[in-house]
Amino acid sequence: MMGYLWAFLVGGVLCVIGQVLIDLTSLTPARILVLYVVSGVVLSALGLYGPLVELAGAGATVPLTGFGHLLAQGVIDAVDRMGLLGILAGGFAAAGAGVTASLICGVAAAALGHPKDQN
Amino acid sequence: MKITPREYDEMNRRASPHSKLGKDCLWSFFVGGGICLVGEVLRRAYLAKGFVLSDASAMTSVTLILISAVLTSLGWYQKLAARAGAGTLVPITGFANSVVSSAIEYRSEGFVPGVGAKMFVIAGPVVVYGLAASAVWGLVYHLLRPFI
Repeated sequence: MMGYLWAFLVGGVLCVIGQVLIDLTSLTPARILVLYVVSGVVLSALGLYGPLVELAGAGATVPLTGFGHLLAQGVIDAVDRMGLLGILAGGFAAAGAGVTASLICGVAAAALGHPKDQN
Repeated sequence: MKITPREYDEMNRRASPHSKLGKDCLWSFFVGGGICLVGEVLRRAYLAKGFVLSDASAMTSVTLILISAVLTSLGWYQKLAARAGAGTLVPITGFANSVVSSAIEYRSEGFVPGVGAKMFVIAGPVVVYGLAASAVWGLVYHLLRPFI
């Protein structure tokens, strides 16, 4: 039961940090998301994000910092398996499922949907 | 008096009621936390089904992306985003929303120059700089590995 509470709290706080940035700075959504992903990679590399994932589960993996963590972990796995080449291959392999799912959804929605729905 | 857009933004911000930030934060806390809570329910369900930890997380992301794509196509995600701000932007559902909403919006420009290219307006920079950061980390890790 505590796990759900931590997921809600940590996820909520990560979103509030983004909201404060939106309200107090002129950062655009794209810049915020870039900042989140890169921060996730850095925090994961420093060993700080792993413990947060253990505590909060989806509360830490669902926000875009979690995507950065996924990339950083993917690179570690790939470098362990294939050495130098893993530097280039690891991130894409880890990000693959989420990015591909999003892109296929985009194409499918464009094929099925109507532009007027977007207001 | 000449005012630059930046100064105008600053004046606009000062003139807005102070509670705006507090209200925005509450919305994004509850909606963002709620999306993560849904994610945690899914993650535990996948774990219970026998997925290993990392696969359960990936399945959770994919499921949330699908849900976000459906809600975006119906125009509901944008309605929620108008209130929740970062609460709907920061989770992976916001990433999917940026892809799907651009894809639908630029459908009229064709599937290659419109949908194929414009889907990446927000997702592109995220993938580019995320992968770049991961490659830098990979190089550092590769160099440090003999010592750890």
